[in-house]
Amino acid sequence: MTWATIRKDAATRARAVLPDPDATRAGFDWDEARAMLDGMPDGALNIAHEAVDRHVAAGHGGQVAMRWMGKSGERRDFSYADLAEATARFANVLKAQGLERGDRVYGLMGREPELYIAALGTLKAGMTFSPLFSAFGPEPIRTRMEIAEANVLVTTAGLYRRKIADWAAEIPSLKCVLVVGDEAPEGCVALGPAMAAADPRFDVVHTAPEETALIHFTSGTTGRPKGAVHVHGAVVNHAMTGRYALELVPGTKFWCTADPGWVTGTSYGIIAPLVHRCTMIVDEAEFDLDRWYTILQDEKVEVWYTAPTAIRMMMRAGKAAAEPYDFGNLRFMASVGEPLNPEAVVWGNEVFGQPFHDNWWQTETGGIMIANTLAMDIKPGSMGKPLPGISAGIVEREDGTLRELKPGEIGELALRPGWPSMMRAYLHEEARYQKAFVDGWYLSGDLAMCDEDGYFWFVGRADDLIKTSGHLIGPFEVESALIEHEAVAEAAVIGIPDETAGEVVKAYVALNPGFEPSEELEKSIRGHARKKLGPAVAPREVVFRQTLPKTRSGKIMRRLLKARELGLPEGDISTLETDEK
Amino acid sequence: MTPDDIRKAFLEELVSIAPDIDPDTLEGDEHLQDDLELDSMDILNLVTALHKRLGVSIAEEDYPRIETPDKAVAYLAQRLGG
Repeated sequence: MTWATIRKDAATRARAVLPDPDATRAGFDWDEARAMLDGMPDGALNIAHEAVDRHVAAGHGGQVAMRWMGKSGERRDFSYADLAEATARFANVLKAQGLERGDRVYGLMGREPELYIAALGTLKAGMTFSPLFSAFGPEPIRTRMEIAEANVLVTTAGLYRRKIADWAAEIPSLKCVLVVGDEAPEGCVALGPAMAAADPRFDVVHTAPEETALIHFTSGTTGRPKGAVHVHGAVVNHAMTGRYALELVPGTKFWCTADPGWVTGTSYGIIAPLVHRCTMIVDEAEFDLDRWYTILQDEKVEVWYTAPTAIRMMMRAGKAAAEPYDFGNLRFMASVGEPLNPEAVVWGNEVFGQPFHDNWWQTETGGIMIANTLAMDIKPGSMGKPLPGISAGIVEREDGTLRELKPGEIGELALRPGWPSMMRAYLHEEARYQKAFVDGWYLSGDLAMCDEDGYFWFVGRADDLIKTSGHLIGPFEVESALIEHEAVAEAAVIGIPDETAGEVVKAYVALNPGFEPSEELEKSIRGHARKKLGPAVAPREVVFRQTLPKTRSGKIMRRLLKARELGLPEGDISTLETDEK
Repeated sequence: MTPDDIRKAFLEELVSIAPDIDPDTLEGDEHLQDDLELDSMDILNLVTALHKRLGVSIAEEDYPRIETPDKAVAYLAQRLGG
């Protein structure tokens, strides 16, 4: 079925930051975005300065920067002055531990205030911050700490004991583990007393725009996860997109529900709102229907950036659950993480009196690239149009070059390189980085099409990566953990459609001699995977096969398993050597 | 069903969804998400499984009432009219 376009009225267009997006796009220069920032003397640029200190210097130190809501109902406000002081103390703690500019600081914890302070304090100190998702199991954590040679880990005592303590000593680069609170496990430093003893003043390091600020990990189809390197200059894009795609202006009450363990939660859950001097809401708890509606109402949230999985959970509860609440302060709602289905866009329009505005970007792009902005008519199911400064196309590979496709044709979504928040490297993986750029385009790995009106539509992944609850999961990482189970000889992992999560991870395993399929064994394998990988990454279902379909070169054909799972045509199976049984 | 039956059923479904949990060392006041590390998809799957097993459908706004094994057993007992 086709969905009716949601038209924006003149009043909505008039109040939009970009009343005429096409015109702004046509005349756009990145200097417009640079003008939203202050910069530092000698051409230096530091994200933490733009996000925090410059606002204090301009006399806004008393404004609430972060309203933190704890799991058990606590509430703590941090003014810009509070954040400036706390991040200065954190930077001094790092220095006191002997760390230097360029060192790598990893964050592993839930949405606690210290995570935000650590991220910004690290940037202040000219060091690189790398966030890890706290629900990861020990294995994904360790792999990521090894790849980018972690020098510091900031975490909680509980996470440290459960996931890190057993192997921390085996990471040669790791100099120090900072633990939130007043007491620390053996070998760690308690952050509470260290912060209290630290100087509350710190001169923000004058980082160059091309100096590394953040490393965000993303999954690959084969091999280890990739560490996408982002620089301080990325803040130019965070400023542009925060303003144009999310309608952030000084004082906006903004709630980004994403966890800073993923790129959205850093770019838009920390950097963009603070750069625009917003008041950001941080909820420590996981999704909870009444809690979320209460926050939207009581905190008078004006701009809300959330994800399809959460929206679909709200839909499951029905419109009636939302009725008692007043969402009168909401003026813009956006969604990211995976394509937002048209039903959800329309549902938002009915329940909140406005549609969710879907947008598209990736870890590699550092910030929003394609978006439905406030003034645009919405075609439900479309990711929108390229933002000012962003040039996107649909391309097809042809003998080492790329051919741009016509409207309506499906191909790979590609971007012209050069936007400020583009990744500068996959750390230590130059070949994989170069592979992402062909013939003057950055290739996203997403299949999409562009319609006659210039709206882009997501079609699927061009590779075997799995998108579950907005998280990109590499099958290889899951398969590697599965075959560590004594019973598993081979494993193949695919994503199967799920109405709430988009996709869920399903594993096919072949057993070693001496093991027989059973319900108990299935649980044992899944339990093993959850312990190693964490619930977000581990398969939700494991099925047994005698053999898995393989090519002559021994590569498991995940694509074939998926086609069969979905009842789709099997495509080219000329390279199939061993079929599944 | 007695509370013991309900607890047994709840724990079986819980461990089936999260086989990394050892039912023998599980405490009744452990929080499914904070302590046992279930994620929101796990909770949805658990609710579906409990519905299938016990015939109790649990509305989203009641999820906090099954956030620990003890709370869940009390809640399910009440819903089952026990």
